[in-house]
Amino acid sequence: MSTAIPRLAASGAGSSGGGESGYGHLLREGEIDVSHRVILYLEDVSVSFDGFRALDALSLAIDDGELRCVIGPNGAGKTTMMDVITGKTRPDAGRVSFGQSIDLTRMRESAIAQAGIGRKFQKPTVFEQHTVWENLELALKGERRWWRGLAWRTTLDEARRIDELLATIRLEDEARRPAGLLAHGQKQRLEIGILLAQEPRLLLLDEPVAGMTDEESERLADLLVALEGRQSIVVVEHDMAFVRRIARRVTVLHEGRVLAEGTLDEVKADDAVVEVYLGR
Amino acid sequence: MNAIADLARAPTRRVAPPPTALFSRTGWAIVAAALAVNCVLVPIAALVVPGTSPFAISAYGLTLAGKIMCYALAAVALDLVWGYCGVLSLGHGLFFALGGYAMGMYLMRQIGREGVYQSDLPDFMVFLDWKALPWFWQGSDSFLWALAMIVLVPGTVAFLFGWFAFRSRVKGVYLSIITQALTYAAMLLFFRNDTGFGGNNGFTDFKRILGFPVAAIETRVVLFVATGLALAGGVVACRAVVRSKLGRVVTAIRDAESRVMFTGYDPLPYKLFVWTFSAVLCGIAGALYVPQVGIINPSEMAPANSIEMVIWVAIGGRGTLVGPVAGAAIVNGAKSYFTAAFPEFWLFFLGALFVAVTLFLPRGVAGLFRRRGA
Amino acid sequence: MPAVALLVALAFPDAARALSASDVQELATGDGDERVEAVRSLAATRDPAARRLIEAALSGSVQSSSSARQVFVVVDGKAVDAATGAPVAALPADAEDLVVNNRLRRVLETALAVFALASDDREERAAAIAAVEKDPQSVDTALLDAALAREPDAALGARLDMVRAAAALASDDRAQRLAAIGRLADSRSPSTRLLLLPFVERNADGAFRESDAELRAAAQAAIGAIDDRERTSRLAGAVFSGVSLGSVLLLAALGLAITYGLMGVINMAHGELLMVGAYATWIVQDAFRAHLPGAVDWYLAAAIPAAFASAAALGVVIERTVIRFLYGRPLETLLATFGVSLLLIQLVRTLFGAQNVEVANPSWMSGGIELASNLTLPWNRLYIILFSALVVAGVWAILNLTRLGLFVRAVTQNRAMASCVGVKTRRVDTMAFGLGSGVAGLGGCALSQVGNVGPDLGQAFIVDSFMAVVLGGVGQLAGTVVGSLGLGVVSKFLEPWSGAVLAKIAVLVMIVLFIQRRPQGLFALKGRSAEA
Repeated sequence: MSTAIPRLAASGAGSSGGGESGYGHLLREGEIDVSHRVILYLEDVSVSFDGFRALDALSLAIDDGELRCVIGPNGAGKTTMMDVITGKTRPDAGRVSFGQSIDLTRMRESAIAQAGIGRKFQKPTVFEQHTVWENLELALKGERRWWRGLAWRTTLDEARRIDELLATIRLEDEARRPAGLLAHGQKQRLEIGILLAQEPRLLLLDEPVAGMTDEESERLADLLVALEGRQSIVVVEHDMAFVRRIARRVTVLHEGRVLAEGTLDEVKADDAVVEVYLGR
Repeated sequence: MNAIADLARAPTRRVAPPPTALFSRTGWAIVAAALAVNCVLVPIAALVVPGTSPFAISAYGLTLAGKIMCYALAAVALDLVWGYCGVLSLGHGLFFALGGYAMGMYLMRQIGREGVYQSDLPDFMVFLDWKALPWFWQGSDSFLWALAMIVLVPGTVAFLFGWFAFRSRVKGVYLSIITQALTYAAMLLFFRNDTGFGGNNGFTDFKRILGFPVAAIETRVVLFVATGLALAGGVVACRAVVRSKLGRVVTAIRDAESRVMFTGYDPLPYKLFVWTFSAVLCGIAGALYVPQVGIINPSEMAPANSIEMVIWVAIGGRGTLVGPVAGAAIVNGAKSYFTAAFPEFWLFFLGALFVAVTLFLPRGVAGLFRRRGA
Repeated sequence: MPAVALLVALAFPDAARALSASDVQELATGDGDERVEAVRSLAATRDPAARRLIEAALSGSVQSSSSARQVFVVVDGKAVDAATGAPVAALPADAEDLVVNNRLRRVLETALAVFALASDDREERAAAIAAVEKDPQSVDTALLDAALAREPDAALGARLDMVRAAAALASDDRAQRLAAIGRLADSRSPSTRLLLLPFVERNADGAFRESDAELRAAAQAAIGAIDDRERTSRLAGAVFSGVSLGSVLLLAALGLAITYGLMGVINMAHGELLMVGAYATWIVQDAFRAHLPGAVDWYLAAAIPAAFASAAALGVVIERTVIRFLYGRPLETLLATFGVSLLLIQLVRTLFGAQNVEVANPSWMSGGIELASNLTLPWNRLYIILFSALVVAGVWAILNLTRLGLFVRAVTQNRAMASCVGVKTRRVDTMAFGLGSGVAGLGGCALSQVGNVGPDLGQAFIVDSFMAVVLGGVGQLAGTVVGSLGLGVVSKFLEPWSGAVLAKIAVLVMIVLFIQRRPQGLFALKGRSAEA
C-alpha cells in the first residue's frame, strides 16, 4: 500500500497543478482548468419535454473538491440535471462547463466521462455478464481507443489497483462471480467501484444508498467524506440520515430551479423548503 | 486514488486476473484435429481412395460439405454480432451475397469467349445489347482485384450502414427490421437487369477459376480445403476478438450500453469494428460458396435467407462461436435430406425448428453440453 | 366541299336523300382524297341507304366493275346496285372487291358514327361521340350542329359541343376558328391538344405555321389551360393511387400497430394472418357460389366476419402456444413467429395448393368513376379506402372507448401495476393479440379484392408494413395511419420518374435515413430519459 501512494499521487498531478495560478497559465492536455476553484458550472440551463419544463433556468456551481448534496421532491429535475451534465440530454438553453474551459453541452457521453466525470445511476448498472474483476478492469482509467483493445494486456500495476478497489468495495470474495449474480447492495458497491476505477474529478451519485444495509451506507458515507477535497462529489439522495452524515452544503431543487442552498440546517429552516416538502 | 487505498480497511488481497489464453489445450487440439481432417484426410478420400471404397468422398458429398462450411462461416460471423454485440442482423444474407457477387464477377470474366454468344462480354450483357463493360466491372478479370472486392464491398456497405445506424443509436428490434429492409432493397436492386449483375438469373455457367476447370474434382478439393481453412481461421479470429479487451467492451455494450458510455468508451467504433468484421467474414463465406455451388443470384438476398442464418446460430447456441458451426451443419444437413426425401415437409420442419429452438432450447445445442459440463 | 354539301342539305332536304351516283362511283374507283370526299357527302345525306353502303364497305361486301361503271353491294351472293338499290342479276366478270385501307376505314367509321349520333339509344350516341372525338375534323360541322340540336343529354351535348368546336378549327371563317379555340380550352378529350398544336408550331424555316397572331395567342392560352388541367388530374391520380396503396398498407400495418406497437410483440407471421383472411374470403366466396348463387354479390358480408374470426382465432392460438412464453424477449419472438409463418405458408400450400386462387369482385365493385379522360377511380379501390377508414375508426374506438382498450393501454404502460390493480394481464394479452390478428384478417379480406391471393401473399407485405409502423412511431395509431398513407403517396409520386422498383428502394432508403434521424418515428413521445 505504501508503494501505491507516491505512484498514485504522481498520476493525480492534475489536481494539484490546476489551482495554483490565475489567468494565462498553461494547461496540459486533458487537464481541467479550475483556476476559479469551480469545477462545474450550470448557467441558466433549461430542458423541456413536450411542454413540461424539467429544468427551468437552473444555475449551479460546484467547487473543486466539494461534496455537495442535492435534494428535492420527485420531479424536481435532479435526474434530468445529471442527464444534462453527463451529456445524455441536451439542454434547450444554457451553458454547462467543466472547469473554466470545457463546454459539456457539445460533447458525447463518452468524451465527458473521459474528461473526468463519473456517474452512478439510480438503478445500479453494471456489466452483468462480466465478472466483478472484469467490471473493474474495463473501468480502470486508461486506454479507451478501440484498436488498442485488440491487443491489450492488463499490467501488474493495473491488477494491483483492481485488488485495491476490490478491497475498498469489499467484494474480494465475489471477484470471480458474474456481476449479474450479485445482490442489490453488492451491485451498488460494484458500481461505485467502477466509478472510482475511472478516477474521475467529479462524481455524480444518483441515490447511491438505495437498497444498501445501514452498515453499507455508513461505510459509503465514510468513503465519500474521505474522498472530499480530492474529488468533487455531487450526491442526489432522498435518505436524509445519509445526507446528514455527509453533507456540507445542500442544494434544494424544486420544479427545475434552485429553491435554497446552504447547510442542511439552513435549508431545513427555509420557509420555501418547508412549504415544498410539507405542503400548505 | 490513494484515497481508495487508504480506505481499504482490510489489507489488499491478491486476486489473480482471469486467464487470457485463446483456447484451452483441448480447444487447440480440436482445432488441430479439424484442420488435419480438412487438409489431409478429405483430400485423400476424394482423390486417392477409389470410388468404390466406403471411405471415398464423391464430388457431390464434397460440394455439399464445402457449401455447409461456407454457411457455417457465415453463421460464425453472425454469432459475433448477435451473440457478443447483441445486434440481431436480419441482413447478413446481403453481405454473403455481395462477397458471392464479387467472386461471381471474376468467374464470369473467366468464362472468356466460351459463353453462348462467344463474346468478350458476359452473356447477359450481350443479351441486353450492351457494347462495353460498365465501369464497375473494370478490373474484375483480375483475381487479386476480386479478392480485394470480396473484402471491400461487404465491408464498405456494412461500415456505411453501421455508421449511420450505430451513430444514431438505433438498436434492438428496430435495427433488426432495418437490416431486413436493407437486404430487401438490395434484392430488388439486383433483380433489375439495368443494375448490371445479370438480373434474376444472376451469374452461372462458370467454367474456370484461376484457369483451372471449376467442375474438376481437384479444383473442388482445393476449394474445399480453402473453405475449411477459412472456417477455422474465422473461428480463431472471432475467438481472438471476443477474448480481447475490445471483445469485452463489446459484450459490455450489449449488456449495459449507457454504463459503457459513462465509463468513457465511445461505443460507436467498437460496434462498428465488430459489425464490419462480421460482414467481411460473411462476404468471404459467400465468395467461397459461389464457385462450389456454381450460381449466385439475387434470391440469396431474400430476407428469408438471412433469417434462416439466424436459426443456424440459434440452434447451435449463440455466443459460443463453435455452436453456430454445428447449427449450420445440422440445419443444412437436414435441409438436403428433406428436400430430397420429402420436399413438402421441409418448411414444416424448418418452421417447427424455429419455434422449438426458441421455446425449448434458448441456449442452443451448445447450451445442452455446457449444462452437462457444469 | 363541306360548304356545298351544307347548302345542298339546307336547300333541298329531300333531294339530299337520294344517293348521288357520282359519290357512289367515286367511293369505289376514285383515288384516296376522292374517296374520303365521297364518304363525307354520303354521310351528309343522312340517308339510311348511305348508311347501309358504308356498313357494307366496312364489312368488305362492296364490289365494283369498271367496265359497267357500276358499284354493287353483295350480300349472301346476291348483288344489288349500290346507288339505286335495284337487284342485279349477275355480277360483271371484272367486278372486284373494294379495298379499304386504314385511312378509308377511319373515315368510314367516323361516317358511321355520324349516323349513330341520331340514334335514340343514349349508349349508342355516347359511343358515336367517342368515335367522332378521335377525328372531329373529318365530320361536317353542319351534321354536328344538327346532332347538337337534337341531343337531349346535357353531358353528351357538352362533349358534342367540343367535337363541334374541334371541327370548326378547320373552318374558313376566322371568327369561327377563334371562337372554337376559346371553347376548346375546356375540352377534356386527349386529342384536343394535338388539334391545337398546329396553331403554335413553327415550320422548318422558323416561321409560325399560323400567321394570325391573335389565333396563335388564343391557341397558346387554350393549350396552357388543357395542360394545367392535365397536370391537376395527373396529380390527383397520383394522390389517389398513393392513398389507395397506403390504405392497403394501412390495413396490413394496423394489426401490427396493435401487436408490435402496443404489445411489443414482433409478429413475423403477421403477413400470414393477412393471407389467412384472404383465404377465408375465398372459401366464403366459393361457398356462396356453390350454395347461394343468387346472393353471390353479397358474399363479402359473410366474408368480412369470417376473415376477422379466422385470423383472430389463429392469432389467439399463436399467442397461447408460442408468444406467451416469450414476452419481454423481442428477438426470440421474432424468430419463433418467423417459424410460425413458415408453418402457415406450407400448411396453406398443402391444403389449397401453391397456385393463386381466384377471388372475384362483386359486381357492384367493378367499374369506377371517370373524373377525367385520364383519371378513373375504380370502385374496388374506393371501397377499400372507405373500409380501411372504418377499420381504423373501429380500432380507435376499441382502444379508447372500451374496457379492453383501457386494459390494453394499462398493460402497455405498466404491466406490473396493471396486474396489481386486478387487470388479468394474460387475458388482456391474448385478447389484444387476437384483435391485432383479426384486423390483419380484415386486411387480407380487403387485399383479396385488389390483388392475387396465394400462399406468398403475406411475404410481400411484411417489410412494408413494418416500415409503416416504424415510420409512424411504435405504439402510435395516428402514426401508423400517417406512416402508411405517407409511404403509399410518396411511392406513387416517385414511380413516374424512377420506375416502381427504384421507387421502392428509394422509399426504403429514405425510411432508413429517417429512422437514423428520428429513431422514435414521426409521432414519438418524448420524456425524461429512463435509466440505462
